[in-house]
Amino acid sequence: MALKIVKGSIDRMFDKNLQDLVRGIRNHKEDEAKYISTCIDEIKQELKQDNIAVKANAVCKLTYLQMLGYDVSWAAFNIVEVMSSSKFTYKRIGYLAASQCFHEGTDVIMLTTNQIRKDLSSPNQYDTGVALTGLSCFVTPDLARDLANDIMTLMSHTKPYIRKKAVLIMYKVFLKYPESLRPAFPRLKEKLEDPDPGVQSAAVNVICELARRNPKNYLSLAPLFFKLMTSSTNNWVLIKIIKLFGALTPLEPRLGKKLIEPLTNLIHSTSAMSLLYECVNTVIAVLISLSSGMPNHSASIQLCVQKLRILIEDSDQNLKYLGLLAMSKILKTHPKSVQSHKDLILQCLDDKDESIRLRALDLLYGMVSKKNLMEIVKKLMLHVDKAEGTTYRDELLTKIIDICSQSNYQYITNFEWYISILVELTRLEGTRHGHLIASQMLDVAIRVKAIRAFAVAQMATLLDNAHLLTGNTQRNGICEVLYAAAWICGEFAEHLEDPMLTLEAMLRPKVATLPGHIQAVYVQNAAKLFATVLQKHEGETDSQAAQETSQLLIDRLPLFVQSANLEVQERASCILQLVKYIQKLQQKNVEVAEEVTALFAGELNPVAPKAQKKVPIPEGLDLDAWINEPPSESESEDEKPKAVFAKEEPKHSRSRHTEVDEKELARRREARKQEQANNPFYIKASPSSQKVYDAPGVEHIPVVQIDLSVPLKVPGMPMSDQYVKLEEERRQKEKADKKKKEKKKKREKRGKGRKGDSGPESEEDITPAHHVDIVTEEMPENALPSDDDDKDPNDPHKALDIDLDKPLADSEKLPVRTHRPEVLKSPAEDRDDNTIPQETKKKSSKDKKEKKKDKEKDRKRSKEDKKKKKKHKDVEEELPESLPEEVVQSEETKEVAVPPTSADVVTVSSSAAAATVDSSSAAAAESEPEELKDTEPDDTKSSKHKKKKQKKEKEEKEKKKKKRHHHHHHHHSDAGAEDSVQNGTVEDEEPLPPMSNYSLLAENSYIKMVCDIQGNHQDESKVVVSVIFENKSDSFLKSMEFNVLDSLNSKLQRPDGAGPHDGLTVPFQLPPGVSNEARFVFSVQSIVMPQKLKGTLTFIVKTDESSTHEKLDFKLHFTCTSYLITTPCYSDAYAKLLESGDLKGSSLRLEGVNMPFHHLLARICFHHHFSVVERIDSCASMYSRSIQGHHVCLLVKSSDQTVSIDAKCDEPSLLGNVLDEIKQTFSKC
Amino acid sequence: MIKAILIFNNHGKPRLSKFYEHYTEDTEQQIIRETFHLVSKRDENVCNFLEGGLLIGGSDNKLIYRHYATLYFVFCVDSSESELGILDLIQVFVETLDKCFENVCELDLIFHMDKVHNILAEMVMGGMVLETNMSEIITQAEAQSKMEKSEAGIAGAPARAVSAVKNMNLPEMPKNINIGDISIKVPNLPSFK
Repeated sequence: MALKIVKGSIDRMFDKNLQDLVRGIRNHKEDEAKYISTCIDEIKQELKQDNIAVKANAVCKLTYLQMLGYDVSWAAFNIVEVMSSSKFTYKRIGYLAASQCFHEGTDVIMLTTNQIRKDLSSPNQYDTGVALTGLSCFVTPDLARDLANDIMTLMSHTKPYIRKKAVLIMYKVFLKYPESLRPAFPRLKEKLEDPDPGVQSAAVNVICELARRNPKNYLSLAPLFFKLMTSSTNNWVLIKIIKLFGALTPLEPRLGKKLIEPLTNLIHSTSAMSLLYECVNTVIAVLISLSSGMPNHSASIQLCVQKLRILIEDSDQNLKYLGLLAMSKILKTHPKSVQSHKDLILQCLDDKDESIRLRALDLLYGMVSKKNLMEIVKKLMLHVDKAEGTTYRDELLTKIIDICSQSNYQYITNFEWYISILVELTRLEGTRHGHLIASQMLDVAIRVKAIRAFAVAQMATLLDNAHLLTGNTQRNGICEVLYAAAWICGEFAEHLEDPMLTLEAMLRPKVATLPGHIQAVYVQNAAKLFATVLQKHEGETDSQAAQETSQLLIDRLPLFVQSANLEVQERASCILQLVKYIQKLQQKNVEVAEEVTALFAGELNPVAPKAQKKVPIPEGLDLDAWINEPPSESESEDEKPKAVFAKEEPKHSRSRHTEVDEKELARRREARKQEQANNPFYIKASPSSQKVYDAPGVEHIPVVQIDLSVPLKVPGMPMSDQYVKLEEERRQKEKADKKKKEKKKKREKRGKGRKGDSGPESEEDITPAHHVDIVTEEMPENALPSDDDDKDPNDPHKALDIDLDKPLADSEKLPVRTHRPEVLKSPAEDRDDNTIPQETKKKSSKDKKEKKKDKEKDRKRSKEDKKKKKKHKDVEEELPESLPEEVVQSEETKEVAVPPTSADVVTVSSSAAAATVDSSSAAAAESEPEELKDTEPDDTKSSKHKKKKQKKEKEEKEKKKKKRHHHHHHHHSDAGAEDSVQNGTVEDEEPLPPMSNYSLLAENSYIKMVCDIQGNHQDESKVVVSVIFENKSDSFLKSMEFNVLDSLNSKLQRPDGAGPHDGLTVPFQLPPGVSNEARFVFSVQSIVMPQKLKGTLTFIVKTDESSTHEKLDFKLHFTCTSYLITTPCYSDAYAKLLESGDLKGSSLRLEGVNMPFHHLLARICFHHHFSVVERIDSCASMYSRSIQGHHVCLLVKSSDQTVSIDAKCDEPSLLGNVLDEIKQTFSKC
Repeated sequence: MIKAILIFNNHGKPRLSKFYEHYTEDTEQQIIRETFHLVSKRDENVCNFLEGGLLIGGSDNKLIYRHYATLYFVFCVDSSESELGILDLIQVFVETLDKCFENVCELDLIFHMDKVHNILAEMVMGGMVLETNMSEIITQAEAQSKMEKSEAGIAGAPARAVSAVKNMNLPEMPKNINIGDISIKVPNLPSFK
């Protein structure tokens, strides 16, 4: 054996391993891609080999290539193969590869469920660890659901190494499968006090992560965390807890008050900067939450600010950065305390580190006042000139605009200054924020009436010098300002000194190179200017000038008429025709000016962005009411989009009509919204100008960037700097004026050439240079105050907003794979009970979404009720031998109110089957929607078609008869199992009855043992026996000892030091009525024969009065099946295997098997650990592998209740035994 | 949560990439390139925090990185992580590598990416910090490599011999990173216990 292995490894030692691959890539620098593609070919060859070592090596190399950016998803199946290797070395390689390239869309993930489950329960802690680590990267909702219970068990594993990993991964499980949160939470909470610090830290980690998103659900944990905070010495844990408190305090001010003191102590005592920083942060959060209530915390603020100042002054840039970051949080509530450190922050603006400058910029926002705005902006403008990276410069630009425009231009005293700042900003090359400047220009010009003349003059100059802007910056969108400039000049043309000049500038041929939406504005506003010019010249005797203007337009507009842009073209041709007409009138000396101006009369008022949304719905107007009767639904049945209706509750009864209506309306509302969003003519709430800027076409025009080192000076434009000087002088003058107590206040538009004495001034003394009336944005009357809660609907954490303090309902138990008898007892009853706590839960939730869920739940519940009725009915039906027709008839009449019977049954039986085999549940799930669809049209039919419905009912009745007929032939495989009812439509994929591999081991009046025996993947000679112990008595069972008499071939694995005849203690006690599962490992030498082992369970029965020692004998039956392991197999590999000729054949015939073929396959898969390789009609090939590597292949054919199985295996006696066992399985049912 | 951990060298060649959210291979490469671009143009003596690359996550995310000799270690984290804590974690990571590889250098990472992944898996799991105690990390990592060796057993011997022969042909591996470089000042941070 060993020799064989050595030989194999010599063969492969000249294979290329990871190191060789890396070396090769490094040696082929010039033709790397080519080299790698040959490597990939090699890898593909290696993956085809049987040797798992070669495969693992190949997968390892693929992981490296994946990092280099190569898609390796094609090897996903091979990765799964390597993952399922029994050797840790290969398993780890497989899991690593999976964690790097698997994701929710990887379909082979479905195949891994059982493998992962096995690894999780492996006796080797590192197998478990590797599986957990891998799973944390690629867990899907399905995996999370199927494995949640296994992982939860691991949270109480004896080894802290496993515990901490299991605790951490629970977070991922919660995200993918939110239903697991409530059942798992108590245990998670318990882990907060785990003796192992690593586990504790993991639990803190998970809860902090959960609480960060939905803090209010975790408030009840605050005392526990408080205790941890004062007791823990682990800085990592402390930081997490303190951060968590930061999230909790806004919800509970009392907590904040309690926190201040210990946090302050920590701040004073700790030497760890990270901890200190987080403490300061949380204190700030507390202070923010208390800002209204507790005024006497100024000491704490002072402490924070003082500590932060120390951080900012530190030479370490990291601390400086964090100091500024925290400072900005204080700024929001306590601006005064921060403002005193203005010097420090301005200093940081000069820092060479961009991150720090950005942070300082953030702070500046809150520090400006009327007094220092100009000074600060001046400083920023200097930075703009110096800044190298466009990112930082753009950031500066937006900050300048933010600072100036904040709270409705509160701090701007001189709008001329602001306009000139904006104009100066247009000289920025390559900025992305042209539209921002443009909207500011528009906003200011519209809302500050006094500034219009000045603004128009500036914009006219801008238009005149447009070539400076458009020359090289088209790509970057600074030309957007021309949009604003053109509009302002056109709209407020009366302020223009020389409209003719501007008109000429707007019609230059170069304009045609601008983006379409800007051209459109140009054309429109050219028309406005034209109107102004006409009016100007109207009174004059000489109509020459006016006619020249018309001629200018007629000459230039055709350029725009040819534009490719629809908007430009349309406007241009309209206006061209208009001007031509005007020209004709002019030639007849008709006065037209007035009429032309009337085209553009009226002033546009600014409208608030959300105005449209806030218009209240007038009383008596019901937007959802039908104007006309809706067309009957049956007529449009064919066009109905099925996907939309699939989830909808079908209309079937009068009593529920209103509810249905509501849902329908909600859907229509949704649809209408959708339509509005797609309708370009629907006026949306956001300002339309903003929308226009999004027009494409600007981005992709390639433009060569010209680096101009000389700053561009637009001729004739004022420099903003002069205003700073002027402003200063003006203020001083005012001050002086006040001092002299002059009663007559002189106020000029500009305080030019004034002199005065200097002196300190306070904020209140500064008066604006202009009498500015800032026009407020219009809002509809009695607008509704509404706050839009813009939460991301895709946020996975939304689903985790779950109340954790409520007692756990039975329905919330995690799905368990093992089939315990009580699970199967009475699903209908169980469910009925569960709906009650569910309902209370529903009532507590206020969320709209929840409500929707409620409806679904309600629906489900009603279905279940119906289901119950249905069950009764079934019972009724089965009781009398001759089926009385009237009973059925009455049932049928009830049926009118209870429509989707078949769907109901499917739901129930599929959920019962869900926990069986993956494949079977998948099949059931597949069939479910189909059947739902089938039944739906019946139900949605309106009452108009009663006749048709009656017909349907008859059909249904017939089906039922068939079904009953079916009953008699069909064996009941499991007690209490759902009958697999078919509705006649999808006959061949009917749902599977639940199956269980657990067989009764032994039973007495105290205890019942059922067991399942499975081969162990990790070890060639190990078998795991899972035994469920159920306490049937009213007493407490304890000190259970499990012992088996070893045979030569099979031995119970006992811990080191235990004698060969010692029993194993079962690691739990059983209170009355409780069951629990324990696993025992056996080592097996030969696996070709089944065998039986005698064993005994001893235990103590403890009642109130006495305790007795009891024992129960049992016989463990190791079938050959239990040595088989479900192993997936490719059909080509399968074919190769059969061709190889190493396998010996045998066959089996089963008569009178009366079950659908897929049931048969599912049974073989489930009970005998096979996997289906291929299935064609009623013929399928199946594969399995023994723990010692024997291949077992089956070819199953079915015809007329006869099933023939041809089998091949490299070990004939094993095969014989397996076939016998298969035969037995089918004879039982 | 840690969103991604990237190691690349001064030229932007990836040495390790671990994404805790799924991206396509192309996006991953783009993220690596972009991150390299952001990080590489920063001076040595500026702060180790960078506000988000555009690709990975939104405004909540930060890049926290350290530069050791020829390698950048970059962690992309969201606001639930402590900035200084993560800096310390990077330090622990590098020191652990140094212990496991005995004077780690870039070549160790190049040729043993899988080992680096395995060590990392003992520190960070699914984007959450699993262990910060260096000796615990090393113990677990070594126990696993011991297991690996015992599994290889006799069978592994010839392969090891061949690989030793192969390595002899290599030009002398320059040991670029040494612990001297690594101990870049961590301000007053006691390492986590």
